[in-house]
Amino acid sequence: MKSEESVGPPVLKVENLAVAYKVRGGEVEAVQDVSFEIHRGQSLGIVGESGCGKSTVAWSIVNFLGANGYVKRGSIKFQGQELVGKTGEALRRLRGDQIAMVYQDPMQALNPSMRLGDQLREVLTVHRGLSKKEAERRCIEMLERVYMPDAAAVMKRYPHQISGGQQQRVVIAMALLNNPALVIMDEPTTALDVTVEAAVLDLVAELRRDFDTAIMFISHNLGVVARVCNHVGVMYAGEMVERARVGDLYANPQHPYTQGLMRCVPKLGSDKVSSILYPIRGRVPPPDNRPAGCIYGPRCDYAQDRCQHEHPALRPISGVGNWARCHFAEEIDAAAWTPPEEIPIPTIDQPQSDNQPIMQINELSKYYEVRGDSLRDVFGLSQPRYVKAVERVSFTVPKGKTLGIVGESGCGKSTLIKTIIGLEDSSSGEAQFMGFDITGAIQQRDTQLIRELQMVFQNPDSTMNPSYTVGQQIGRPMERFNTVPKNQIRSEVIKLLEAMRLGSNYYDRLPRQLSGGEKQRVGIARALASQPDLVLCDEPVSALDVSVQAAILNLLLEVQQQFGTTLIFIAHDLSVVRFFSDYVAVMYLGQMMEIGPAEAIYAPPYHPYTEALLSAVPIPDPKARQKRIRLEGAVPSAMNPPTGCRFNTRCPRRHLLPDPDICLTEPPWRDVGPDHQIFCHHTVETLSSFDPVIAETV
Amino acid sequence: MAAATSSPRTEQLSRLQRWGKTVRIIFESRVATVGLMMVLFWFLLGFISLVWTPYRPNFSDFEQNLRPNSTNWLGTDHLGRDILSRLMAGTQVILLKTRLPGDFPILGGKAIPGGVALWGVFGSLTLGSVLGLNAGYRSGWWDQIIMQLLDALIAFPQIVLYLVVIAALGQGDLVVILAITVTGAPGVARLVRSLTLDIKTRDYIRAAETRGESVWFIMFREILPNIRGPLLVDSMLRVGYAIFAIGTLGFLGIGLPPPDPDWGNMVNDARRNIFFNQWAVIPPSLAIATLVIGLNLFADGLREEINRYQK
Repeated sequence: MKSEESVGPPVLKVENLAVAYKVRGGEVEAVQDVSFEIHRGQSLGIVGESGCGKSTVAWSIVNFLGANGYVKRGSIKFQGQELVGKTGEALRRLRGDQIAMVYQDPMQALNPSMRLGDQLREVLTVHRGLSKKEAERRCIEMLERVYMPDAAAVMKRYPHQISGGQQQRVVIAMALLNNPALVIMDEPTTALDVTVEAAVLDLVAELRRDFDTAIMFISHNLGVVARVCNHVGVMYAGEMVERARVGDLYANPQHPYTQGLMRCVPKLGSDKVSSILYPIRGRVPPPDNRPAGCIYGPRCDYAQDRCQHEHPALRPISGVGNWARCHFAEEIDAAAWTPPEEIPIPTIDQPQSDNQPIMQINELSKYYEVRGDSLRDVFGLSQPRYVKAVERVSFTVPKGKTLGIVGESGCGKSTLIKTIIGLEDSSSGEAQFMGFDITGAIQQRDTQLIRELQMVFQNPDSTMNPSYTVGQQIGRPMERFNTVPKNQIRSEVIKLLEAMRLGSNYYDRLPRQLSGGEKQRVGIARALASQPDLVLCDEPVSALDVSVQAAILNLLLEVQQQFGTTLIFIAHDLSVVRFFSDYVAVMYLGQMMEIGPAEAIYAPPYHPYTEALLSAVPIPDPKARQKRIRLEGAVPSAMNPPTGCRFNTRCPRRHLLPDPDICLTEPPWRDVGPDHQIFCHHTVETLSSFDPVIAETV
Repeated sequence: MAAATSSPRTEQLSRLQRWGKTVRIIFESRVATVGLMMVLFWFLLGFISLVWTPYRPNFSDFEQNLRPNSTNWLGTDHLGRDILSRLMAGTQVILLKTRLPGDFPILGGKAIPGGVALWGVFGSLTLGSVLGLNAGYRSGWWDQIIMQLLDALIAFPQIVLYLVVIAALGQGDLVVILAITVTGAPGVARLVRSLTLDIKTRDYIRAAETRGESVWFIMFREILPNIRGPLLVDSMLRVGYAIFAIGTLGFLGIGLPPPDPDWGNMVNDARRNIFFNQWAVIPPSLAIATLVIGLNLFADGLREEINRYQK
């Protein structure tokens, strides 16, 4: 491996950078006193929760701060040239020739009305003055370099004609075309599925080595950074609080905030009985109201008098390679940490397992009819075509337990729960909940049945109606289902708010006065207000920061303990699902591939798809050994799914079968353990012979 | 002394403070401030005219077709009425009062507060919102039918629609309101529909659906409150259009019934006598223009200011 240590002058040197935004009635310093440098062939990861200023740092380098933002103090030197204050043509040249950016959403980075080839070529013809032909050749080379299948044909396509992962590859290829000295990647894999993400991250790591560019990699995900970066900076509330080499940071975090973050994320393979998530108490201070002294002081478990008055500097910590912004970093021993009193820790007693099924789903399917726009379609003369969003799914949920459903986007997990709750009616199959039939849409259901099934939503910003107060929104289900007499609604709502660890003073607040985590708590309270027996959670924590995510997961666990609620929990984060669920179902392209107790799913025997999923999960530990299985190609269209096993087109284990063509026929459900079933042609013996994806972790 | 609140941040703003905040937003924008001043000027003049005008607006107290002079600041019209007084009184029918016909139940022959333009806009808002919400939220056949009908309505030139309504129902304040309602509703419905299509994808609408709420509850209690911002700005503009429409109708001679003055009629009368008195046509034209421009500026400034600081 090249230049692990800093050699020669840095490509990018940022010193004491402060960026401010002008807002109504003053200005806000989004970033304060950030310093770092990146050398050739290095990649610096910048991690932090939302609003900590990591994107602002990136934008300030390329002067994309917008009309109301500006660099207030400090300097940004790119190859020795000062960038602050530079505008117009010089900066534009530099951005095109030497600095490239990769954004979160590839669909927005590519122009939808231009062919990919034209967009790629433009980089070379404009900045390098190459001829069209030469540019074309170089572009195809580069596309092949990023493992784009059929590169020459891709040049002629439009962005919408290739998949999201391929789009991001094109964006990365475009960024590298000019052989830039610095590539800034702002959450490049956040919008992608986990298996696609894994492949893109592999690519980034490989390109860094081969092209010897400096990479600034911004992410909120500790696991992603661990996989591609060799240096990491942790940001908190506009400051860099810790900087270290990747191994040092994960093995030996020095700043209390970094230590806190590590305790918030569930490890892949840990569950709610054996491990506990510790959220960080308090919340990130708003940029216009940061505390004096150490900004992390109010949330820190080690804070002393000095932390309240004296602002710590980012300094090297003796004995280790880390730099941390903490007065007492040497004295803090993370291993000796004990949770402070005020953090609520749910107690999990393995409950009375009578295993009474509360919900039984049998061969449930949901097809959507697709209308074409030919004249025949308009008059309804042509054969109707269907998107088979959910196909013959069967499972049972025992009372008081949690069923986790995992799968990549488009696998039908959202459609499945929409069908269960009645936002969609089902196409065929049986579904029973507490003995009632729930195959129909919600209009056909009895009010009492509606009351028993409620839902928690994904996006905290849209889960609450902005026009009503918290109290009104939680009170509405009580009013509608008459679960509480009218004059007691207020006190009941306050009781619920307190159960959600929100005080009664939240009753009259409007959603815009709440943080994301608080909104999500209100969303949970609203779902619980009608005292349902089953709550469906559609990615309830995936839009939240990790420290908040831990608190919400703990809250849900507590709710389940207290009310005996059964939960169906959808998430794309496999560690979270493993931590939270008793049973896990894995879905692919509308079909269920594997179902069983959580601990059984995450250890061999696996379904080949489960195995691929697990090997793609980014693990926040650079030393973890993970089997590398990458799926080829893209998920086939649900309108025309592969026959037989739907996974057969991408299955990495298909060649192990004596007759691979057997995969074109429907596989059997194989019982591999108690309650554990796998939908595969492979025999149990073969499946059991696969190595575990993650070698014994320490 | 009231008990001190334990909340560290002053989350709870009183209603008054919240209003203060809204008003401050208006004054942040110079455009909105100027617009508001222009509108308030005409409101003020209208209120004054309710109790006092320089001379009697409906009486021929002076010589005909006078130029502006020290007695009649804006001159007199072809019947010798003081133009300034008529201009002031003309504000009333547009902004401040609506005269009901004699055979109207209970309130027959009396006037109700709120001018013809305001009631007209209120009418188009109501009709347009109901249609737009149904089209947007229910979609499918509802959407097809409602929007096709409204498109057909939009295809007619507005003047023709006015003529049809008035020819069918005769003159009167209520008829003018109806005409404004019918012509304004399609535009409102389109706006409401597009906003509804956006709002209905939000999770809180799913939450309401999973509670089994009725369609009307979701439309009016869950969606409508969240589209009121853009709707309010739009309705400001619509008041401007309505004033214009009233002017147009007055100009065509089928507007608000005489003898009470309205600006459109004044322009029409002055036009007929433009060869004898060039001055009379200017004040009412300017009045219409400034009020409409004021409302437009106010709406634009408000929209800009609301959008700029949206999080």
